[in-house]
Amino acid sequence: MPDAARARTPRSPMAPPRSFLWTRRIFLTLVTAFVVLPVYVMVSSSLKPLEDVSGKFEWIPSTLTAAPYFDIWETVPLADYFVNSIVVAGAATVLSVAVAIFAAYAVSRYEFRGRRVFAVTVLSTQMFPGILFLLPLFLLYVNIGNATGIALFGSREGLILTYLTFSLPFSVWMLTGYFDSIPRELDEAAKVDGCGPVGALFRVIIPAARPGIVAVGIYAFMTAWGEVLFASVMTNDTTRTLSVGLQGYSTLNDVYWNQVMAASLVVSVPVVAGFLLLQRYLVAGLTAGAVK
Amino acid sequence: MTDTAVTPERAPAVRKAAPGGARTPRRSGRRRIALPYVLLLPALLLELLVHLVPMLMGITMSFRELTQFSIGDWSAAPWAGFDNFSVAVDFNAPAGRALLKSFLTTCVFTAASVGLCWLLGTAAAVFLQENFRGRAVLRTLFLVPYALPVYAAVITWAFMFQRDNGVINHVLHDQLGIGDTPAFWLIGDNSFWALLVVSVWKGWPFAFLTVMAALQNIPREMYEAAALDGAGVWKQIRHITLPSLRPVNQVLVLVLFLWTFNDFNTPFVLFGKAAPEAADLISLHIYQSSFRTWNFGTGSAMSVLLLLFLLAVTGVYLLLTTRGRKTSRA
Amino acid sequence: MRRIRVAAAGAVTLSLVLTATACGGSGGGAGSDGDPRTLTYWASNQGASIEADKKVLRPELDKFEKETGIKVKLEVVPWSDLLNRILTATTSGQGPDVLNIGNTWSASLQSTGALLPWNAENFEAIGGKDRFVESALGSTGVRRQDPAAVPLYSMAYALYYNKKMFADAGIAQPPTTWDEVIAAGKKLSKDGRWGIGVEGSNLSNNIHQVFALGKQNGTDFFTADGKADFTSDAAVTAVKQYVDLMAVHKIVAPGNAEYAQNQSLSDFSKDRTGMVLWQSASATFASQGMNDDEWGVVPAPVLSGGPGAGAQTNSMVAGINMAVFKNTKNLDGARKFVKFMTSDEEQVVLNKAYGSIPPVMAAQQDPAFDGPALKVLRDTLATSATALPQVPEESQFETVVGTAVKELFAEAAAGRPVTTASVRAKLEAAQQQMPKK
Repeated sequence: MPDAARARTPRSPMAPPRSFLWTRRIFLTLVTAFVVLPVYVMVSSSLKPLEDVSGKFEWIPSTLTAAPYFDIWETVPLADYFVNSIVVAGAATVLSVAVAIFAAYAVSRYEFRGRRVFAVTVLSTQMFPGILFLLPLFLLYVNIGNATGIALFGSREGLILTYLTFSLPFSVWMLTGYFDSIPRELDEAAKVDGCGPVGALFRVIIPAARPGIVAVGIYAFMTAWGEVLFASVMTNDTTRTLSVGLQGYSTLNDVYWNQVMAASLVVSVPVVAGFLLLQRYLVAGLTAGAVK
Repeated sequence: MTDTAVTPERAPAVRKAAPGGARTPRRSGRRRIALPYVLLLPALLLELLVHLVPMLMGITMSFRELTQFSIGDWSAAPWAGFDNFSVAVDFNAPAGRALLKSFLTTCVFTAASVGLCWLLGTAAAVFLQENFRGRAVLRTLFLVPYALPVYAAVITWAFMFQRDNGVINHVLHDQLGIGDTPAFWLIGDNSFWALLVVSVWKGWPFAFLTVMAALQNIPREMYEAAALDGAGVWKQIRHITLPSLRPVNQVLVLVLFLWTFNDFNTPFVLFGKAAPEAADLISLHIYQSSFRTWNFGTGSAMSVLLLLFLLAVTGVYLLLTTRGRKTSRA
Repeated sequence: MRRIRVAAAGAVTLSLVLTATACGGSGGGAGSDGDPRTLTYWASNQGASIEADKKVLRPELDKFEKETGIKVKLEVVPWSDLLNRILTATTSGQGPDVLNIGNTWSASLQSTGALLPWNAENFEAIGGKDRFVESALGSTGVRRQDPAAVPLYSMAYALYYNKKMFADAGIAQPPTTWDEVIAAGKKLSKDGRWGIGVEGSNLSNNIHQVFALGKQNGTDFFTADGKADFTSDAAVTAVKQYVDLMAVHKIVAPGNAEYAQNQSLSDFSKDRTGMVLWQSASATFASQGMNDDEWGVVPAPVLSGGPGAGAQTNSMVAGINMAVFKNTKNLDGARKFVKFMTSDEEQVVLNKAYGSIPPVMAAQQDPAFDGPALKVLRDTLATSATALPQVPEESQFETVVGTAVKELFAEAAAGRPVTTASVRAKLEAAQQQMPKK
């Protein structure tokens, strides 16, 4: 690490000792191997013909083919599923984070009657076994649909509503923690400058808690992105999401392993890219300098 | 010790000074009192719709005899009193015994998985805190398991854990020569380890992400001051980094716990319809008892018991960790 | 987004009212609406993929629309979701008008009361009950009740063998009895090759095989009055005979114990397994790169003699039934659609596309079903296939006994002995998990 001293690092004044560097090197190598192994298997399997994938594993594919990358679109309507997943997970994330920010602000900055009750109730919903309320929720949505004509079952809206609530308890709780760590003097100062409480939230708290908000947003997104159980009964073929749709590659007679892998990679690339972009904001918390 | 000046007194500065003190009530008119409630309203309504009301319905179901003969109109299903519960907790009968075994398996599994996720996540975040070449690449790479759709990730592991054709046995048996015959990972006793590996692989990036975000909030001056006082890297980690993570850890560990304990997707995709006994997690077990055998009453009763257990654990946990924090600060 | 907010707010208010009145499945209707010109249809995934199924079905549905003016909204539901979707539809009353069900689920779903009973009047509307093959009708619901569904596609098990491997091992005749299967299997099992494949972790497949062996030993796994009877000597013998293929005779590769995704077919097409018992494997063999002349097919084995009725049963009646949701608002259209799908002409088209056998007698005579592979399946269905027990607890039976067999295979694969006592213990535990009656 030749440039360690010059890089803007928290612990720069003293170079880290050997023991630290070696521990780090070994640890990171092992973890990288652990993380990369399945990814490598996915990539290599997605380039093999079906007969090879269902045979003995080979590190280096003996026959390379790009066919799975074309076949995936024929086997299931992958593009539709992808759009559904992005819309559902995206909307659920935005709404969940927004709702959570307001709630966390209230819990963090105000003393009001019922504050503890709210905090405990919200937290306890995180414990509900999904299996307990899968059927009731479905019934509820159907009844709402029958009574009002608002289609919550089988629709993206219903799924968005469900998922946004799934990540809400944790988001509220986590954000409350992050907001608590922002010195109160900052919003007091903003209020002196003439901001109302909502102004203080937007001008001071949110920018200062950006890393936390990004982390919570990623959590909300991934919760919605990967959910299988509710999606399997609450969607139909026009609203089906990826996590359920990918199962379409294993049919009654065949499992198209190579296509499963290819499809998983294709749909994951945009998400990983999105993570990459967001990471900048996560790191930005360090340089923003608002919190010291 | 010189570094007592740095920690732990200053570490909690990231959190506000004391729980009650700074939270000055502002009573400037009615609008101010209403404001927090207005802010909470959306969250409250959503929780009510998606969680609380269905849960009450679920609890109602647990007191009914809800089988294939009555699901057509469940509100007319006969009341069963506590029958469903007594079936679930009768540990002399097979159903109760299986539930107990599944419950214990889940406890052991959760403890192991949460511990490993936290350890890997924290270690990786701390090691990546300081800039060095390749850091950005690793940081992105480590989030990849989290970005893959659960189904895709788990099915890949199932593919890798195949006995005859999987890469795991290819490495362990064919290349390293461990064991006389290749081991089974998806059936039998080893399935527990297979499940644990997958669960950690999928879960640790979340711990990593959360800890990484929390590290951003540790003021740099604290490290600089400590370094000036002559504290080495290890000491800084022990006396600054780890104590500062405490509030986030409290949340993180609890969430990982609840999340792992209730995890349905991983075992369901890994093992399909019937999980091997060694990896029969409670959520899948309840699913079996309700959806596969069409006995929603008993399934709901089991879920309610699970909910009560989790409530109790969480309550105790919060009590302990919160008190622990207060005393350490005093 | 605003719409969602409004929806959310409205939903919450409503939910309170609704739970207070606790609406069950009685409210609401199936299908999209009461429009007599539309129908919703859930098809099961029969072909190579969901998209392939849509390509098969769409032109036929268009034909139906042209004939009747009724537009069919098609959804092909993957197998992994189908039963759950049906259950939630049953519970909520919000389902399709017409749907496919696995024929072994018939009695279980019948007991929910959600499906339209096919009484004389309804059968009349689709051309009469006697158009269908007897064995297929045997798997449509509890005996002496009106069927809950109508047969759509039929299948049966047959023994597929790998010609090259048989030639290499010097086996001239494909086996017809279990003893011959074991003898052939022992000749085949050497040098990393194996006699016969099983799908040890596939619960349904386990049940299908064990059921046929059960019939041969003289048990139905249920008593005549419909009580679970898993621990009879005949049942224990049947399960043990099946697991012994791996545990005692060593003609099944231990790795098969974890198979649940048709890996045994891929082994077969790679010349690693000499035989498989399967319903219709030709399409899969082809996709695995195996030519049609590389495999042969004969009726599934029996204990002795040849296939026939009763103890000479060599297959369960596999297949797909078509059911109508009782609360459909378009009963007339639904019946028309079932009539269309079970018409002689459509039966030929559809079954040809899916490699199955038409359960409609007239359609069966079509030359398309005379090929060597399909002829074996057709004859089996006609003479020696028996329906799985038509009891409401059938789906529980599949789960608990299928799991017991899976666990026994796991024991055998780990090299632990599988004894009569251990089989009986597993089956006893399975029986205790059945609902008390």
